[in-house]
Amino acid sequence: MGLVLLCVIWLITFASTYFFIAKTWWFPHGASASAAALDHQFAVTFILMGVIFVAAQLALGYFVFRYREQPSAARADYSHGNLTLEIIWTTLTAILFIGLNLMGSPIWAAERFRPAVDDATRVEVTAMQFAWYFRYPGPDGKFGIAKPELEDPSAGGEAALGLDPADPASKDDVVTGIMEVPVGREVEVILRAHDVIHSFFVPAMRFKQDAVPGLAIHMHFTPTETGDFEIACAELCGLGHYKMHGMLKVVSQDEFEKWLAAREAEKQ
Amino acid sequence: MVAQESHQHSAPQGFIRKWVFSLDHKVIGLQYYFLALTAVFVGMFLSLLMRIHLIWPTAVLPLVGEIKPETYLALVTMHGTIMVFFVLTTAPQGGFGNYFLPIQIGAPDMAFPVLNMLSFWTTFVAYVVMLSAFFVVGGAPLHGWTGYAPLSALQSAGPGEGLGADLWITSIALFCIASLMGALNFITTTLDMRAKGMSMMRMPLTCWSWFITAILGLLAFGVLLSAGILLLMDRNIGTSFFLPLGTINGQLTGHKGGSPLLWQHLFWFFGHPEVYIAILPGMGVASQVLSTFSRKPIFGYKAMVYAMLAIGLLGFMVWGHHMFMSGMSPYTAFAFSIMTMAIGVPSAIKTFNWLGTLHKARIRFQSPMLFAIGFVSLFVSGGLSGPFLAQPALDIPLHDTAFVPGHFHLIMGVAAIFGIFAATYYWFPKMFGRMMNEKLARIHFFLTLIGTYSVFMPMHYLGLAGQPRRYSQLTELAYLHPLIGLNRFMTYAAIITVAAQLIFLFNLFWSMFQGPKASDNPWEATTLEWTTATPPPHDNFGGRTPVVNHGPYEYSVPGAPRDYVMQSDPATVAAAH
Repeated sequence: MGLVLLCVIWLITFASTYFFIAKTWWFPHGASASAAALDHQFAVTFILMGVIFVAAQLALGYFVFRYREQPSAARADYSHGNLTLEIIWTTLTAILFIGLNLMGSPIWAAERFRPAVDDATRVEVTAMQFAWYFRYPGPDGKFGIAKPELEDPSAGGEAALGLDPADPASKDDVVTGIMEVPVGREVEVILRAHDVIHSFFVPAMRFKQDAVPGLAIHMHFTPTETGDFEIACAELCGLGHYKMHGMLKVVSQDEFEKWLAAREAEKQ
Repeated sequence: MVAQESHQHSAPQGFIRKWVFSLDHKVIGLQYYFLALTAVFVGMFLSLLMRIHLIWPTAVLPLVGEIKPETYLALVTMHGTIMVFFVLTTAPQGGFGNYFLPIQIGAPDMAFPVLNMLSFWTTFVAYVVMLSAFFVVGGAPLHGWTGYAPLSALQSAGPGEGLGADLWITSIALFCIASLMGALNFITTTLDMRAKGMSMMRMPLTCWSWFITAILGLLAFGVLLSAGILLLMDRNIGTSFFLPLGTINGQLTGHKGGSPLLWQHLFWFFGHPEVYIAILPGMGVASQVLSTFSRKPIFGYKAMVYAMLAIGLLGFMVWGHHMFMSGMSPYTAFAFSIMTMAIGVPSAIKTFNWLGTLHKARIRFQSPMLFAIGFVSLFVSGGLSGPFLAQPALDIPLHDTAFVPGHFHLIMGVAAIFGIFAATYYWFPKMFGRMMNEKLARIHFFLTLIGTYSVFMPMHYLGLAGQPRRYSQLTELAYLHPLIGLNRFMTYAAIITVAAQLIFLFNLFWSMFQGPKASDNPWEATTLEWTTATPPPHDNFGGRTPVVNHGPYEYSVPGAPRDYVMQSDPATVAAAH
């Protein structure tokens, strides 16, 4: 029985570790400025935890085999523990876990502690059951007033967001169903939700943030590659949660400006 | 002691007083256990339906028919709620804790037998109310076991958010009340009812784990109860604790000024300690069983006690790690993250001490031991994905993906269930006077170990690839399509794992009536429950009052006649510890 346990525990350990190391299922290719540091922190954590995982499981499997009851063997070792060992492994794990935490902190700080730069592309992202809307401030650089009582999701577009036509600043606002941004420039995202909590998740950008009713949450990320990237809703928001997806198109600065100008022209 | 006077109630006559409205902690323990047993099969059935639906979306399934997106989310909600409350909180604490805490500390009953009966029957009513949510118009709620507002606070947020959600909250509130009564009873019993010589530091680690769990319950359930009442008020009488100005389908909700984050803070202030409520008794049982079947004293008894106390204390300071992506101040993430990483330290101490116990042991591979070894393996696997999620930066890609259910299912789900299995196989002879079948137990063990790893380890891979949680279909996002094959494998593994549980069920009931008769101490264990008759008499010790002379895990004491010294053996058998 000791040998069977050893084989099963070791086999589970090797199989689990293999699929991590082979990266059979892994993060999508990172296409934002923060991806490299984040993936590195993940890799460091993964190696450290992986070594402990393999060592602990192998030791467990080995011990149950090595110390199985054998008719010839003497009694088990009469020991109540070892204070020195307790102090050593307590200190080591404390250093390891706190150290890992401190290592990862600058990444978090870079992502969340500073506001977006002044020349960032500003996009307001609004979530509602079960759609994403994206608003650009237009030539005046100002988002117009939106009023909850004017919201009409069935009409889509500006009406869905409840833009107040009486406000001059809202006249030139562009509302789209696809999020288009230029590559290599920081994007400031202003996240809102009308009804329940949603979460704006773009795996390739290593970006995630809940959109909460009543809050306007300012975040930023910098796409470094052009392409189409899927947006998923990551917070349970109701029966359509699984199909509340969107598309982030990262294009060149020129292309972006042309696209935005065309949208603005449509408004006239 | 004064408290003990009230316990000399004589054995009740008649079926109702003996088996239904019983004051006997042993009967109440069995009532809790069987309630949890029905709940675990309901919860498991729901999860099986979920796994089948993910792979065969158009399949018409038994009892539920065709699964719509809202049906799937109702399954998500009810699976989580039933498992967390009515299985993981009920079986280890209400079941085994009730049955064995008084016996292990040498008491004739719990401190408050009537309160004990009341807490079981309140739990029972809560369970009935919870299940009734399936049968009302709109069905069970779709807001998940965490019930985030506004989704859970607005009747129009989706099907199931009407009466179903009210029943769900009511059930949880009742459960909180029951758990508060239970917690008071456990704490008082542990502090006041210990036999002569049973100092705190001679208590079996199971008793420590039930005691610490009770303290966590006392402090945590009150908060959830309050939050639940506030949520009921938001839903039904127009308050706005959790609801800001907002619309649903373009209609103003009529609420303003509340905070959705307030619900998350209150919920997780309960929710994180709840994780430890589920797993601590498993740690206690694993320690007890590992020591017994290793024929060795537990390695570092005091370190084990302090580690559990540290886990309990730190467990109240980490709730914010569930909220790194919620929109709360990013600065608080630092504090929550450091505290969370700090919990890794006592958890690691426990793991090292379990391995230390196995070192130079003389291991007997009976069924309780297999599950205790499985517990350690799962605790390591599930525990080590914690330090990923504890780092706010890594939560950016991982939060609310399948990585999270992978993590918590291994540690608070499957590891805790392995604790319950170890306890079942270990104490079954004492509870029912018969032995369970070892062959069936081994088949059950290996199928369950391999099966659960096959279901939950791949969830980590899916999470890395970005599969979000709680998606009823994986067809809508193109990047999820390559993951369907792995999901199919997990569904097959789930079907096999569920089938393996039928072996357990058969073994349990067959052995109850047909198993070979058990002796008073079949495992040659040391704690007080093995000194009394099998099954124990109404007052636990048949008029005797046990006196304790030894520590709880005196195995292989040099010079002692047998390889174990029972806690109540005369002091002269071996040097007292």
